[in-house]
Amino acid sequence: MNQTIEKHANSDADLFDRDSLKETVDFMLQQARNKGASASEAGLSVETGLSVTVRMGEVETIEYTRDRSFGVTVYFGQRKGSASTTDFSRQAVIDTVTAACDIARYTEEDKFAGIADKNKLAFDYPDLDLNHPWDLGAEQAIEMATQCEAKSLAYDKRITNSEGAYITAHQAYRIYANSHGFVGDYSSTRHSNGCTVIASEGEGMERDYWYSIARNADKLDDLNLVGEMAATRAIKRLNARQIKTQKVPVVFQAEVARGLLGHLVRALGGGAQYRRASFLVDKLGTQIFPERFRIDERPHLKQAIGSAPFDGEGVINTSHDLVSDGVIQSYVLDSYSARRLNTETTGNSGGMHNLFINTDDYDLDGLLKEMGTGVLVTEVMGQGVNIVTGDYSRGGTGFWVENGEIQYPIEEFTLASNLAEMYQRLSLVGNDVDLRSSLCTGSWLIDEMTIAGT
Amino acid sequence: MTDKNLLIAKQSLLQPAELDESILEKVIGSMMGHAIEYADIYMQTSRHESWVLEDGIVKDGQHNIEQGVGVRAISGEKTGFAYSDDIILPALTSAADAARTIARQGQSGGMNAWQSSPISPLYTENDPLAVLSAEQKIELLRAVDKEARRIDPCVQQVIASISGVHEIVLVAANDGTLSADVRPLVRMNVSVIVERDGRREQGSAGGGGRVTYKYFTENDRALGYAREAVRQAIVNLDAKDTPAGTMPVVLGPGWPGVLLHEAVGHGLEGDFNRKGSSVFSGRIGEQVASKYCTVIDDGSIQSRRGSLSVDDEGTVTQQNVLIENGILKNYMQDKQNSRLMNLPTTGNGRRESYAHMPMPRMTNTYMANGDHDAEEIIASVDKGLYAVNFGGGQVDITSGKFVFSTSEAYMIEKGKITYPVKGATLIGNGPEAMNLISMVGNDMSLDTGVGVCGKEGQSVPVGVGQPTLLVDRLTVGGTNT
Repeated sequence: MNQTIEKHANSDADLFDRDSLKETVDFMLQQARNKGASASEAGLSVETGLSVTVRMGEVETIEYTRDRSFGVTVYFGQRKGSASTTDFSRQAVIDTVTAACDIARYTEEDKFAGIADKNKLAFDYPDLDLNHPWDLGAEQAIEMATQCEAKSLAYDKRITNSEGAYITAHQAYRIYANSHGFVGDYSSTRHSNGCTVIASEGEGMERDYWYSIARNADKLDDLNLVGEMAATRAIKRLNARQIKTQKVPVVFQAEVARGLLGHLVRALGGGAQYRRASFLVDKLGTQIFPERFRIDERPHLKQAIGSAPFDGEGVINTSHDLVSDGVIQSYVLDSYSARRLNTETTGNSGGMHNLFINTDDYDLDGLLKEMGTGVLVTEVMGQGVNIVTGDYSRGGTGFWVENGEIQYPIEEFTLASNLAEMYQRLSLVGNDVDLRSSLCTGSWLIDEMTIAGT
Repeated sequence: MTDKNLLIAKQSLLQPAELDESILEKVIGSMMGHAIEYADIYMQTSRHESWVLEDGIVKDGQHNIEQGVGVRAISGEKTGFAYSDDIILPALTSAADAARTIARQGQSGGMNAWQSSPISPLYTENDPLAVLSAEQKIELLRAVDKEARRIDPCVQQVIASISGVHEIVLVAANDGTLSADVRPLVRMNVSVIVERDGRREQGSAGGGGRVTYKYFTENDRALGYAREAVRQAIVNLDAKDTPAGTMPVVLGPGWPGVLLHEAVGHGLEGDFNRKGSSVFSGRIGEQVASKYCTVIDDGSIQSRRGSLSVDDEGTVTQQNVLIENGILKNYMQDKQNSRLMNLPTTGNGRRESYAHMPMPRMTNTYMANGDHDAEEIIASVDKGLYAVNFGGGQVDITSGKFVFSTSEAYMIEKGKITYPVKGATLIGNGPEAMNLISMVGNDMSLDTGVGVCGKEGQSVPVGVGQPTLLVDRLTVGGTNT
């Protein structure tokens, strides 16, 4: 399948009229107060972008994106209602606040409901250097995508088809405000390039891709490199075999290991914790990884993809450990779930901002050597992860490894275990850290999993 | 007969902006002089609400309004696309200007006269959200919560939600299309957490369709979802480790049809086949499944979640036989891909919203009945898996590899269902697995109306269905070797 694409055009004066957007938010809070709300909060975002795909040397799509949304939550004591709209007119704002208030007439008292406590709010927040608009024209984007795809197609005669190369530029402006007098706003950009090609030999056809993403277009991977990576990866998958059902050690390549960190974040999430819908319920202070591992969040890294100056409800977000010495130090909470659990928010309303796990002094090849014989997983498929029980069972694609050397590509197998066991059996994390998302990790070597095959 | 939907759409989308058909015609006409052979305008307004019960109280409600217009210009394989969340003439004109930049050379199309013929709606035009008062919606959620907790003291947590969308769309294109649709869509969901002797499990159930909220109060449906969610969770409390390896798999009727959606459905979408990136490319007329398999995509079923009176390009939906007795018959098409492949449109042009480009998508995809009783199929298996319910699936349309994950499954031993096993992923190759279907039951049913299909970042509601069937060999991803 193709990548979906978003991207930025020239910044649009009307769209980014910050003073008028701030006024809109202020007007909304006033309206809520006039309607008798005891507290309220509003979030507004405007985004603009350009994305271009080129397929088989021809432009396939030019897409101009321009999105706005505006949401409000009102509280009448402990009762809550929310509404949102894409229309920023005064009348629409009034209607939206009214809709939220109407809902709050019917919802029931929830003693934990409410905006974040005032003393938690980031009244003073940092500039994280996230805004690097890219004045990219459609013609230039077409040329770049064409070059990227051409490099990939020319790489090897077994690259026979393409799903295209894309270039996107994207710019956003966000405001969050609440009735404690907090108003926070920031602009950010996100640009990317990528390529997906198909390799074939005999009857077999394999697709693979590569991409890069950055706040600053200068930091994107070289177009030729992106094209070549996509081609190399697709070719390596050709003539895959199936393997026998067995228990073996497994290396999850960095971009797939990211998912294993993601499952940890979900299991430690406030919602899963207070609903007792997690295999890590009541595990604060418990050792779940080998003692050598530390997992920490760094929300204020300059220019990082996952950075944000404050969280989704205006709360100060600071660097802190989720796991140290293998022991769980913190859940992943917003104000609501924190109140439910009788503790304090961790500044994770709206998600995780740059999570890292400490790495060992091995690159991917080094990890394979340490593994000896086993499976290198480069792609996982399906939703077979049960956060309530930790049971893990997913489809995989990758390589069979013997004596530390890749032997041949493998496909149509499953990987199964339980996340609690996988975390305990994590023996090494590579230094090949993938920084393309807010979950940053190198490849993982896990001592044993069950592979189902023929 | 006047087209009631068209009147409604004009009233809610054109009149407030002081637009009319002649202005749409001018905007489309302005794009056509530039080597553009096809152009369309898609206007949409939708109102969405949801209510959520947790801890026995309705603690959250949401209301969202979304509206906008998407403008598309096509020149051969090239598409220019722009959209705006303002439905006003200047926004429409500037979107049209942006979209037409796609064309550099090529043939030009013209603007045809409007040819709107009345369509027969497959669902009510009434606001599905308005049939129950806020109090009644809350009462319904409370009743569900009470029912779930009544059934078994193991139930620790109940989350019940009800949500609905009322959407009005208008499509105008240079080929003369002027179509409107007024679409209801409602859904109810119940999920429970049960805990016994320190072991926790979850279960969930739900349903809905292009109907009003009344659907949930009829035939005890809402309470039925509560019972089903609890039943599933309790079954899973006793589940043992699933075996790992290759074995016969019997799939139950209804939602397990997600197999078809993944194993063949996506691979038969026109865009992948035009580009030659699907494992089914160029195989029309070939045997791609066992002779017991007849697979149909039908967007014209009354009131189903995946149904549309007209698709998002204004094409009337229909029943399309994709595979007949194992032979590949048809792909699913939108206008662009049908034109490029010189094949008829099939009413499968769909988009998530005005802010997304249309592409070929499934509607309700199912397998036709065979002639075996379900009991007979299970009895034929010496040792294998009986999978009754699934989470979801995923497919790589190029290699044909697909997966889907069970949420309720049992071992079959010597033709008998013996004990429940934990959730596991099943993996196979689409064409291969379809050829390994050796028995098809006579108990075809469609799912309860909960499916969401994702493709290239766009989500659309879909339906799936099938009778009980036997796949001779699939790889089952358990832990027990």
